Amino acid sequence: MAKFILRRIGVMMLTALCLTFLVFFLTNLYPNLEKLAKTQGNFRMTDAEVASYLGRNGYLQPLPVKYGQWMGVLPGWTDTAEDGTLRGRCIEPGTPAEDAPRFCGILQGDWGQSTVFRKEVSEIIGEKLALTGRLMLWVMLLMVPSALILGVMAGMREGSRTDRTLSTFAITTTATPEYVSGVLFIAVFASTAVGLKWFKGTATSAMETPTFENFFLPVLTIALYGMGYIARMTRASMAEVMTAQYIRTARLKGVSFPNIVLKHALRNALIAPFTVIMLQFPWLLNGVVIVETLFNYKGFGWTLVQAASNNDIELLLAVSVVSVVVVLVTQLISDIGYVYLNPRISVS
Amino acid sequence: MDPLGWAEIVGRTAAQLTPVWIALAVTFALSLRFKRRLGLYGKLFDSPIGMARFALVMFWVFSGLFAGAFDMILTHDVLDQSAAMKNKGPGTPYTKLMGEVAEGAYPYYLLGGDNLGRDVFSRMVVGAWEVIKIAPFASVFAFMVGITLGLPAGYYGGRLDTFLSFLANLILAFPVILLFYLLVTPEIVLTGIPVYMAAVLFVFPIVFLVLLWNSRFHTQPPKRNRYVAITLVVGLWLYLGIAWDADPLGIVSFPPNLLVVFVAVVFVNAPTVFRIVRGLTMDIKTRDYVAAAQTRGEGPWYIMLWEILPNVRGPLLVDFCLRIGYTTILLGTLGFFGLGLSPESPDWGSTINEGRKLLSMYLHPALPPAFALLSLVLGLNLLADGLREESLRD
Repeated sequence: MAKFILRRIGVMMLTALCLTFLVFFLTNLYPNLEKLAKTQGNFRMTDAEVASYLGRNGYLQPLPVKYGQWMGVLPGWTDTAEDGTLRGRCIEPGTPAEDAPRFCGILQGDWGQSTVFRKEVSEIIGEKLALTGRLMLWVMLLMVPSALILGVMAGMREGSRTDRTLSTFAITTTATPEYVSGVLFIAVFASTAVGLKWFKGTATSAMETPTFENFFLPVLTIALYGMGYIARMTRASMAEVMTAQYIRTARLKGVSFPNIVLKHALRNALIAPFTVIMLQFPWLLNGVVIVETLFNYKGFGWTLVQAASNNDIELLLAVSVVSVVVVLVTQLISDIGYVYLNPRISVS
Repeated sequence: MDPLGWAEIVGRTAAQLTPVWIALAVTFALSLRFKRRLGLYGKLFDSPIGMARFALVMFWVFSGLFAGAFDMILTHDVLDQSAAMKNKGPGTPYTKLMGEVAEGAYPYYLLGGDNLGRDVFSRMVVGAWEVIKIAPFASVFAFMVGITLGLPAGYYGGRLDTFLSFLANLILAFPVILLFYLLVTPEIVLTGIPVYMAAVLFVFPIVFLVLLWNSRFHTQPPKRNRYVAITLVVGLWLYLGIAWDADPLGIVSFPPNLLVVFVAVVFVNAPTVFRIVRGLTMDIKTRDYVAAAQTRGEGPWYIMLWEILPNVRGPLLVDFCLRIGYTTILLGTLGFFGLGLSPESPDWGSTINEGRKLLSMYLHPALPPAFALLSLVLGLNLLADGLREESLRD
C-alpha cells in the first residue's frame, strides 16, 4: 500500500510539473506578454516601449530560465536601472537590494506578485480559497445526501414508477449546465419581473455575511448539476446489489423491505458512489467558476477568470497549481478509498 | 398595431416553424414505415417515449438547419438592430425609430427584442445552427482521435499505454475553463498554436481510415489501393483546407476563430474517449474470438479495428450521443465567457450571457436560449439513455 501511494504521489508531482510548465509556456507567449505590458502600462504603447517594458521586468529571458526562477531553482533576475538602483525579482520595493535573497520561487514559499490585484499571490489565494471552501462545503452538504437518497430510492425497486420519475429528474439535472439553471433560478426566484423575490440574485454580500437568502441559489445551482450524476451511479449500483443472492436470501427469510434496504443493501451499494463523489471535485471546480461569475461571488473561480483574462501569469500559475492538486489528490483519495472499502481489490 | 396575446404568439411561432414540422413528419413517416430494416435506429420507434426523445433532438436539428443554412424560419436578420425594439416584450409589433420598416418585413418580434433591439426568436433558432454545425463534427473528430490512440493503448498495454494514459490524464487534470481561457483567446490565434493543434488532431481521421482499409484488404492489393487512394486524396484535400487554410482549389476553408473553438472542444473531449476505448479494449481482448483471430494469424490492426471495435459499438454509440450533448454545454460555456466566437454571434451561450445582465427587469431575452440549450441537451441525454437500454437488451 505504501509503495502504491508513493508511486501515485510521484506521478502526481510529474503531472503537476508538466501542467505548470504548459501554463507557463502559454502565458509567456509573446502576444500574451504584449497584452500584459499594455494593461500594466497603457494601451497606446509602441512595440519598442512594450519590448523595453518586458525587458526591464525580466519577461524576455529564455523560457526555461524564467520557469526555473519561478520554481526557485535559479536565482531571480536583477536589473540596474538608469539611476543606478538595483531592481530584481526577489527585491521587494522599499527594502535594500543587499538584504534580498538570491532565490525566490515556489520552493522558497514565494508565490510571486499578482499584476492585477497588486498583492502577494499567496495572500489572494488563501483569502479566495476560504470563500470558495465555504461554498463547496454547503454544496457538498446539499448535494451528497440528496443524491444518495435519490439514487437509493430509484434503485431499490428498479423499473417502478418512482424509478422512472427519479431517473428522468436525474437526467434533467445533468442536462442543465450551471449557466442555464442559474439563470432560470434567478429569473424565477430573484427577479422583479416574476415578483417572488425569495432570494437574492447576487451573492456578493454572502462573502461577508452568508445567509440563506443570498447564499442558497449559488449553492443549489452547483449542487444540482453534480447531483444527477451521483444519483445515477448510486441507482445503478443499488439496482445491481438488489439482485444479489444474499438479498434474495434475506427476503426469503422474511426480513421486511425497509430492513433489507437499510441493513443489507445500502452498505454495499455505496462503494461505487464514493469514488464518483470524489471524482466530482474537478467538475465542481468548473461549476464554481461559472456560478461565481454568474452570482458575482469573488472566490477562487472568479479569481481564475480575472487572472486568465488579464494574463496575470503568477496568479494564474498559482490558481492552476491549486486546482491541479485538488484534482489529483481527490483522484488519489478515490483510489485508496475504493481499495479500502472493497476487500476484493488489492493493489500489490 | 396592438401587441399579440400569448395564444397568438404561440400560434404564429408554430406557423413560422412549419418547415420543421413538415421535415419531422416526413422523417417519422419514413422511419416508421421501414423501422424493421433500420436496426438499432428503428428500435427507437417502438415506444412513444423513444419517439418523443428523438423528436426533441430532431426538432432542434431541423430548426438549426433550416434557419442557418436556408434562411427559412427566422423572422428578422439576427444582427439587425432596431432602437425602438430594445427590451420590448414578446409579441411587440416591429417598428423602427429611424427610417421606415422595410416592405414585407415580419410585423412582430415574436419573443421580444434584446438589449440591442434584435429579435430574440430569430437569434434562438440560428443559435441552434451554431451548435449543429460544430458539436457533431467535433464529437466525430474526438472519437477518431480517441479510438486511434485508445485501441493500441488497450491492446498492447505496456509502455505505450503508460505514456498515452499519462498524456490523457494530464489534459483531464486541467479544469476545462482554465484550458479554454488559455487556448481560446485572440492572442493565441496570433501565435498560430491552434493551427498546429488542428494539424495534429485532424491527421487522425485520415490515419484511422487508412489503417481501417489496409488491415481489411491488404490481401487484395487492387481494392486496398483504390480505397486508400480515395481516402488520401479526399482526406488530404480537406486536411489542407481545414487545418492549414491552404486548399489548392480554394474551396474548403475554415474561419480562424471557429477553428480555435473546434480544436479546443476536440482537445477537451478526446482524452475521455481515449479512456473509454482503452478500458473497453482491455476488457474485450481476452475474449475467445480475439484469440481465434490471433491464431489465424491476423495482424494486430485487423484485430483491433475489425474484431474489437465492432463489438464495442454499443457503449461507444451511447457515449457519442452524450458527448454531443456535453459538447453543446462546452460551446455554451465558451459563449458564456465570451471566448472564441464574435460578441455579436447568436450562439446560445453568448445570448444567455447578455440576457442575464438584465435578468432582474426583463426575462424574455435570456430564457428562450436557456430553454433551447436545456431541451437539446436533455433530448440527447434521454436518447443516449434509450439507446443504452436497447443495446443492453441485445
